[in-house]
Amino acid sequence: MLEVKDLHVSYGGIRALRGVNLEVPDGRIVTLIGANGAGKSTLLRTISGLVKAESGSITYDGKELLGMPINKILELGIAQVPEGRRVFTNLSVLENLKIGAYLRKDKAGIQKDIEWVYELFPRLQERSWQMAGTLSGGEQQMLAVGRALMSRPKLMMMDEPSLGLAPLVVKGIFEIIREINRQGVTVLLIEQNANMALKTADLAYVLETGEITLHGTGAELLTNEAVKRAYLGE
Amino acid sequence: MAKTILPYVISGISVGGQYALIAIGYTMVYGILRLINFAHGDVFMVAGLMMVYMAASMPLYIAIPLMIILTVFLGFMIERVAYRPLRTAPRMSVMISAIGVSYLIQNLALYITGGLNKNYPAIPWISDRVTVFGMETSRVTIITPFLTIVLVVLLVLLINHTKIGMAMRAVSLNFETSQLMGIRINNVISATFIIGTFLAAVGSMLFFTNYPGVVPTSGAMPGLKAFVAAVFGGIGSIPGAVIGAFIIGIAESLIKGLDTILIVHGTITEQIGFATFSDAFTFVLLIIVLVFKPTGLFGEKTTDKV
Repeated sequence: MLEVKDLHVSYGGIRALRGVNLEVPDGRIVTLIGANGAGKSTLLRTISGLVKAESGSITYDGKELLGMPINKILELGIAQVPEGRRVFTNLSVLENLKIGAYLRKDKAGIQKDIEWVYELFPRLQERSWQMAGTLSGGEQQMLAVGRALMSRPKLMMMDEPSLGLAPLVVKGIFEIIREINRQGVTVLLIEQNANMALKTADLAYVLETGEITLHGTGAELLTNEAVKRAYLGE
Repeated sequence: MAKTILPYVISGISVGGQYALIAIGYTMVYGILRLINFAHGDVFMVAGLMMVYMAASMPLYIAIPLMIILTVFLGFMIERVAYRPLRTAPRMSVMISAIGVSYLIQNLALYITGGLNKNYPAIPWISDRVTVFGMETSRVTIITPFLTIVLVVLLVLLINHTKIGMAMRAVSLNFETSQLMGIRINNVISATFIIGTFLAAVGSMLFFTNYPGVVPTSGAMPGLKAFVAAVFGGIGSIPGAVIGAFIIGIAESLIKGLDTILIVHGTITEQIGFATFSDAFTFVLLIIVLVFKPTGLFGEKTTDKV
């Protein structure tokens, strides 16, 4: 289980997170919704070790993550799908997957997982030798997810996977998120597409200007009046 | 006619190979750090000086590998001490630091050598005189292009087919995402400097063998020309740097011999002194490239798709 306790983070002179508390139980899909600039990405980037926290704690299975180098956090089983996909456009699709397994040494296991990712995303197999830069936005998102899966994560954090994608593609991405979760991967999902996110998630948190203002099950928040007004446009 | 031109072409190819070995260091560091490592030419000079001093006190079969190892260590340390602490600083700060390192090395060399020309040791076999196509030259002239191409092929294989090479390409595109893959970017950057200085150390051996000696500013001109070659080829591109270096080497050599070639051809009857302009040519080329095709021959096209 991932536990964030009283987390404070300042980022570029702005107090981006002010005492955030959040829990991601194993095996669940947890979503964090909120407007632009609420601090959602900062939270993910602090968990993965890209951003330094001011105070508070982040523990995963009881181990403190704050101060741990990024590669150690990844070794614990926490992978991040960054915002805007950030596939390596100058590497082939296959290489992008291989680099996702950069810290792993088990060659046979890596090969097996490449096949597993190709099973999840048959489109990627068709384009195996293509440069990732030539893929469409949706395919790049699939690749970014596949790349993160290649580290065999126990917890996968996704930063706005639906950003800039066509509605039909977004639907496919959310189906994949559910499928990955069924296969035993815990998911922490950041979304602006609150409707889809709340329908998919078991648990949900609302982040507003650096503070958690609401939390509950996905279904509860879907019917919450304040959430409806602010994030569902009803 | 061909017989007059050929020797110049051959020596141009050789010089081009030497420039190429330096240019790769510029272009690789730029590819990853977006930094023009101004100290690179001076590291090349230090490699020459170290060879001078070490060859005087130990046999060559120890001096050569030791020189290469120490040069590589110098390149590694420069990055560690002068560039790494500035990793998150604006790019301009790192560039100023690079210029500082360049002058520091030059002045230390001046202090140690007293500014005197140090004769480069003759390396057996490669310094031997040979006659090719009726032109007498040292064997190094013939070996250089082949050795360069072998090293470049090995390097390209390393970058395209090994794990560290894949990491280098990833880091050159995006630091942050590379870190998320578990890549320790500092190690990758160190590896880049190690490869770059290794090639410069090999290049220095080939280069100084053909020159009378080493002075503290000996690295400046070849360094600048290699830099122009890297820009001409498209900075960040290894094949670009190599092709650029060969073109500049050949063109320079032809300009040096232009008087002789034209006299033989009968166009002119006495020396005009074109040779004076061989350096100027390189820098005019730099200006032309920067004005008309700033990305060079094989420069990276920015295909950012968001």
